Amino acid sequence: MSLILDNISHIYSRGDAYEKKALDGVSLKIEDGEFIGIIGHTGSGKSTLIQHLNGLLKATEGSIYFNGQDIYDKDYDLRDLRMQVGMVFQYPEHQLFDETVFKDVCFGPRNQGLPEKDVTLRAYEALKNVGLDEKYYDVSPFELSGGQKRRAAIAGVVAMKPQVLVLDEPTAGLDPQGRDEILDMIAENHQRYGNTVILVSHSMEDVAKYVDRIIVMDDGQVRFDGEPKVVFRHYKELEEIGLAAPQVTYLMHDLKNAGYPVSCDATTVDEAKNEIMKMLGRR
Amino acid sequence: MSFIEAKDLVHEYIMRDEEGNVEGVQVALDHLDLNVEQGQFIAVLGHNGSGKSTFAKHLNALLMPSEGTLYVGGMDVSDENLTYDIRQTAGMVFQNPDNQIIASVVQEDVGFGPENIGTPTEEIWERVEKSLRAVGMWAYREHSPNRLSGGQKQRVAIAGVMAMEPKCIILDEPTAMLDPDGRKEVLAAVHELNKTKGVTIILITHYMEEVVDADYVYVMDKGKVVMEGNPTGIFSQVETLKEHHLDVPQITMLAHELKQEGLPLRDGILTREELIQEIDRICH
Ligand SMILES: Nc1ncnc2c1ncn2[C@@H]1O[C@H](COP(=O)(O)OP(=O)(O)OP(=O)(O)O)[C@@H](O)[C@H]1O
Ligand SMILES: Nc1ncnc2c1ncn2[C@@H]1O[C@H](COP(=O)(O)OP(=O)(O)OP(=O)(O)O)[C@@H](O)[C@H]1O
Ligand SMILES: [Mg+2]
Ligand SMILES: [Mg+2]
Repeated sequence: MSLILDNISHIYSRGDAYEKKALDGVSLKIEDGEFIGIIGHTGSGKSTLIQHLNGLLKATEGSIYFNGQDIYDKDYDLRDLRMQVGMVFQYPEHQLFDETVFKDVCFGPRNQGLPEKDVTLRAYEALKNVGLDEKYYDVSPFELSGGQKRRAAIAGVVAMKPQVLVLDEPTAGLDPQGRDEILDMIAENHQRYGNTVILVSHSMEDVAKYVDRIIVMDDGQVRFDGEPKVVFRHYKELEEIGLAAPQVTYLMHDLKNAGYPVSCDATTVDEAKNEIMKMLGRR
Repeated sequence: MSFIEAKDLVHEYIMRDEEGNVEGVQVALDHLDLNVEQGQFIAVLGHNGSGKSTFAKHLNALLMPSEGTLYVGGMDVSDENLTYDIRQTAGMVFQNPDNQIIASVVQEDVGFGPENIGTPTEEIWERVEKSLRAVGMWAYREHSPNRLSGGQKQRVAIAGVMAMEPKCIILDEPTAMLDPDGRKEVLAAVHELNKTKGVTIILITHYMEEVVDADYVYVMDKGKVVMEGNPTGIFSQVETLKEHHLDVPQITMLAHELKQEGLPLRDGILTREELIQEIDRICH
C-alpha cells in the first residue's frame, strides 16, 4: 500500500501568457503510515503537488499510483480516491460552504455513506478535537474568526478519518495553543490508526517537531528528501531557496562557533535542551 | 490625545436568521481600552476569537463601535463623514488576501489605492515599483493575481497598502502564508516604513518571533486587553501567556526550560545572542 508519483509535471495555463511549469518531473514514493512534511518557498509548487494526490489537479505528464492502481486509468474511481485522501485546503474559505459549522463538518462523513448516527458522532468528536467551542456549532462558518474557520475546516476533514490526511498549511492563523493541540491530535491519531499524514508548512519548528521525513520543494522540483535533522544540516542551502532551519538549530551553530563542544543536529527545543545540559555536565 | 485611542470600546455582532429575527449576539470587544502613539510599532496578540480582527476593522471604519469610543488620528470612527479620511490615514492588510485583491493585473491592483486617493500618475508608478520591489513581487507585475500562490497574493496585498503611504498600517496576520524568507522580508519592509517614514504600525500575529522587535505589545483575551508591556516584559511571563493560549519565541522557551533544569538564567531572553551571553556568563 503506497502512493507513488512517477515523473509528475504540471503546467498551468498552457499556451497563454501565464504558462507556468509548477511541477517539473517530481518522483516520490510515500509509504503507508508515513508522517511527511513538505516545505518550500512561496510558489515552489507545494499546493500544486498535493492537489494531485486526490486527483483535483491532473498531471500534464507522469503517472500516480494509489495502492497500486493508476489513478488516471479511465476506469479508476476518483470519487473513491477523494474519500480516502482527505485534503484541508490552504484557505479555509475554499472549503467551508454549509449553513452551519456542524452541518459543514457532517458533510464529509455523510458523503462517505456512514450511518447518520456515526456521522453525528464523528462531527462532535472532530469539533471537540479542534477545540471549537459548542456555542459555534450552529453558527454560519462565515461568522467565525480566521482561526475558528481554520479549525472548522480541519474538523471537516478529520471527521472523515481518511487513510491519507493532507493538510496545506493547517496552522496558519491558529493561536499557539490551538496549533500545538491540533498538531498533537493529528500526531496521536497517526499513532493510533497508522494513517499517512502529509503536512505542508512554512513553520520549520512545527515540521521539525512532528514529521519523520521532510520533502523540500524548490521551483517545482524535489530538492531534498530525508529525516529532519539530515535535511536541516543543509540550512545554508535551504536559506538560498527562501527557507531556514528551526531557531534552536541556529542557536546550536552559534554555540559551536563560539567554541562550545555541541552537536548541531538539534531541531527541537527538547533536543537543544538535552544537548546543552549534556555539554554543561561535561564541563 | 494619542494617535489611536480606544476607550470602553464594545462591539457586538448581531446574528439574524433569514427573516431578520435576532438569533444571537456575540460580544467580540468587551470594553477594550488601548492607546497607540504616533510612530509606534505595536504588536497585538490573542487567542482565536479574542477580537483582534474585529478591533482592526474598527481602526479603518469597516465596523462601527456598539458602545464606547475610538479615535484614529484625532478622528472619531463613528462619524460617517470622516470614513474616507480615516481610511486614508489607516491602511489595512487583511487576514485573507482574497478579500483585498481587486484588479486583474498585479501592478494595477497595487496602483489602485494611490489612484483612488488622487496621486499624480507618474508618482503612482514610482510607488507601485517601490512597493512591489519591497515585497519581492516586481517580477510578477504583469501577472494575474488570482493565478498566484497563496504567499505571492499576500505580498501583493501588502504592496497595495504600502503604495498608499498611509500614516498608519494595520497588518492582520500578514505573514501567515509566507515562507521564512518572505516573512523576514515583509517584516523588514514594515520596520523600515516605521523607522524611516514614521508610519505607525499595528501588527496582529500568532508568530511570537515577530513581536520581539515591537515597541509595545497588547495581549487580548475575550475582547479585553489582559496584558501589555514591552516584549521582554511580556515574554518573561511564560505561564501567564500560556493561560491566554499563547506562547513565547522558541529561544525564550528553550531558556525557560533550561532554567527549570536548574540553570541560573535570567527571565525574558528573546534572542540567540542574549541566550549565548547568559550561557557565557554561567560558564565563566
Ligand atoms: N491557476 C494558475 N495559473 C497559472 N499559474 C499558477 C496558477 N496557480 C498557481 N500558479 C503558479 O504555480 C506556481 C506554484 O504555485 P503553488 O500554489 O503550488 O505554490 P506553493 O508552493 O503552494 O506556494 P505558497 O507557499 O505561496 O502557498 C506559482 O509560481 C504560482 O504562481
Ligand atoms: N461576521 C461575524 N458575525 C458574527 N460573529 C463574528 C463575526 N466575525 C467574528 N465574529 C466573532 O467575534 C469574535 C471575535 O472575532 P475576531 O475575528 O475579531 O477574532 P480574532 O481575534 O481576529 O481571531 P483569529 O485569531 O482567529 O483571527 C469571535 O468569537 C467570532 O466568532
Ligand atoms: Mg500553497
Ligand atoms: Mg483575526
